[in-house]
Amino acid sequence: MTHSSRIPLLLLAVLATTAPGQERAQAYVGAHVIPIEGDEIPDGVLIVQTGRIVAVGPRSKVEIPSGAKVHDVKGKVIMPGLVCTHSHVGGPSGGDRSGPIQPDVRVLDSIDATDVGFQKARSGGLTLLNVMPGSGLLCSGQTVYLKLRRAKVIDDLVIRLKDKSLAGGLKMANGTNSQGDPPRPGTRGKSAALVRETFVRAQEYRSKLEAGRRDPDKMPERDLGLEFLVEVLEGKRVVHHHTHRHDDIMTVIRLKKEFGFRVVLHHVSDAWKVADHIAASKTPCSIIMIDSPGGKIEAKDIEWRNGAALEQAGVLTGFHTDDPITDSRLFRRSGGFAVRAGMSRKSALSGLTLAGAKMLDLDDRAGSLKRGKDADFIVLSGDPLSVYTHVEQTWVEGKKVFDRSIPQDRLHAVGGLGASDGQAWSACACCGGEEAR
Amino acid sequence: MRTLYTTMLLAALATTVHAQEKTSLLAVRGQRVHTVAGPVIEDGVVLIENGKIKAVGRAGEVPIPEGTETLRAKVVTPGFVDAHSVVGLAGHLNQDHDQDQLDRSKAMQPGLRAIDAYNARERLVGWLRSLGVTTLHTGHAPGALISGQTMIVKTTGDTIEEAVRVPFAMLAATVGESAQAADGKSPGTRGKVITALRQKLVEARSYADDRKDAAKAKTLPRKLDLEVLGRVLAKEIPLLVTAHTATDITTALRLQTEFGFRLVLDGASEAHLLLDALKKAKVPIIAHPTMARTFGERKNASFELGAQLKKAGIPFAFQSGYESYVPKTRCVIFEAAIAAAHGLGPEAALQAATLDAAKLLGIGQTVGSLTPGKDADLALFDGDPFEYATHCVGVVIDGKVVSRVTR
Repeated sequence: MTHSSRIPLLLLAVLATTAPGQERAQAYVGAHVIPIEGDEIPDGVLIVQTGRIVAVGPRSKVEIPSGAKVHDVKGKVIMPGLVCTHSHVGGPSGGDRSGPIQPDVRVLDSIDATDVGFQKARSGGLTLLNVMPGSGLLCSGQTVYLKLRRAKVIDDLVIRLKDKSLAGGLKMANGTNSQGDPPRPGTRGKSAALVRETFVRAQEYRSKLEAGRRDPDKMPERDLGLEFLVEVLEGKRVVHHHTHRHDDIMTVIRLKKEFGFRVVLHHVSDAWKVADHIAASKTPCSIIMIDSPGGKIEAKDIEWRNGAALEQAGVLTGFHTDDPITDSRLFRRSGGFAVRAGMSRKSALSGLTLAGAKMLDLDDRAGSLKRGKDADFIVLSGDPLSVYTHVEQTWVEGKKVFDRSIPQDRLHAVGGLGASDGQAWSACACCGGEEAR
Repeated sequence: MRTLYTTMLLAALATTVHAQEKTSLLAVRGQRVHTVAGPVIEDGVVLIENGKIKAVGRAGEVPIPEGTETLRAKVVTPGFVDAHSVVGLAGHLNQDHDQDQLDRSKAMQPGLRAIDAYNARERLVGWLRSLGVTTLHTGHAPGALISGQTMIVKTTGDTIEEAVRVPFAMLAATVGESAQAADGKSPGTRGKVITALRQKLVEARSYADDRKDAAKAKTLPRKLDLEVLGRVLAKEIPLLVTAHTATDITTALRLQTEFGFRLVLDGASEAHLLLDALKKAKVPIIAHPTMARTFGERKNASFELGAQLKKAGIPFAFQSGYESYVPKTRCVIFEAAIAAAHGLGPEAALQAATLDAAKLLGIGQTVGSLTPGKDADLALFDGDPFEYATHCVGVVIDGKVVSRVTR
């Protein structure tokens, strides 16, 4: 809201309830609130102002600021916006076939912010995505974390860290997807050797950078790939690692120990076989729920009980769509199937939200309904883990980005003529299978 | 007297032996029994004898003979019927050796029989069985103009001979982009695809006429492909035409008008644009998997197609379909669930995935509902079968408990 000095009376009236520079508070009253952190609140209130959560709690304990706009959401369910830790929406592309390891390539430079896939994701209640290049290379480049604000250009979806750099991690892969004809490695042993070689180079580069800081004459030439890998070695960047088979999972953990980088395991089909080892290595897992086992040999033993097995072992566990492998509009289904196979409701709901935010180092601002966090939340028609429930509204930073009552939004939510116009399908992820999953 | 007694004893013994050999009983008691053919029965019992449903009713009204094994579950439904799959021809590993659903060496191969390519022990068959799917219409996949035959199996048995119920159910055809040959080969356009099909049907009609002519028939060489197409033209076997776009669906209707075969539409992503024409043509639809990816020819697919077809009064069923990657099979129950949540409702979705599917496949007299006399195919659940977190807790096929796992 902007004010004009030509209408001082109005300004005074606004000041009575709102601090300068602040928008009018929005109060969502009467919903069943699932804050993720803390117990579910049967008759709750969520107060939002200037894109942030101001208060959340039971109606009896939260005071609604005078002048707040009250939204009656009785009968609805409110929970944090969903976090997808692994998506290919927006037509991302990473490294090409010039080499097996390309940490210099940014997926940022390839994404169409107007892609209809983003609106479909909003209709599924997603508010935060890790958009990644594929798994056809050992390292296919830098990923980017996106807030699903309504925007026309990618720069308006990105998240800036405190040092103004872009939030994102590094995509890596092992197993069969990243093997093939040269320059790709032909075996698992060769794959690991190439990765170790690369990280040794990064260690050396880090030493040179340190020397350069002491003596500018010794500062090495800029190397965009090694620069990013140094950020990985220093823990500023997380490795998002595609892996399926139990021995490949252990290889990732072995490399993590050797080089000390932070890693999130993705897909992790065989997680149930080595859950205790994953837990011992304190490595978070982002798992996928697929309707039947197989599709490739590596994934023949994938189980819905991966969620339960990891939860019991004490592993931080989230979910991802791998869109287009599974549909962002149906992301809640992943949590539902995890519960079906023994995961607790609490962990499954956290797996769709806060666990994902933690894996992206963004839990200070997303993933739960907590005072001070970004007002990223969804309004649901019922229980989030029921097939019959629909996302009615999706809000990002206090702004509504999806409303099922608007015909165009509804079209994207359910499909029909024109629903997929302007949607890119990344790198044949679903037909060729090489670039994703 | 003594003789009479002996005779009676022998008669009694004979009856007992006879009973031991022949009578096999099983009872299923559910808090909610969805018969589909009739109303839901609260606290109902399904009594099964020798593989068939003997009686269905409220507990107490259907006496369970002493000693009969009784399965219990919250919810009991007919076994689910997947109206179109490739499982058994397509395996879970997705390697060449377990992918027998499509041979693209020729555009049209009506002679390819599904029974010669089905692996009854394929893990995906067991997977679907454990989820409550008891009947599969499976066979050659979409992706060639005529890819081959389909069949109907129960998801049980160690061999095709034990599994098969209808060895030749439909002939699978595809029109549209995926029927076109790759690499500059013919048929390479929509128009050429249809021309090739029409030419083949004309040839088959001529061949069938020749076979009816006693003089000509003597010297007529056997042509397996044309024999099969002759059965399609004689309306013995439906032509299952996979068509997604409104253009291709309209083409399929035009071909049916020209040749008079029995048409079953498959996929039909844009059927919602042609409801009036489809209703008028009285063509049943095996709708695309509700969750099928919405790109290419399926870009206008809708979660609401089931609801729209129901409202228009067009007969339809759900399918698991075919994926070249993952999931290597979908589950028809999950596909019906999404439609249930998008306007169709759970009762109608259940009917579409059981009795309506059975009728569409021509096996409505034997499966699809819990009706006395029908095959005893049942699925047991611990809640609403369509809810994400509900488990299938037991499966019965032809009166035998074929799954006791909780999945």
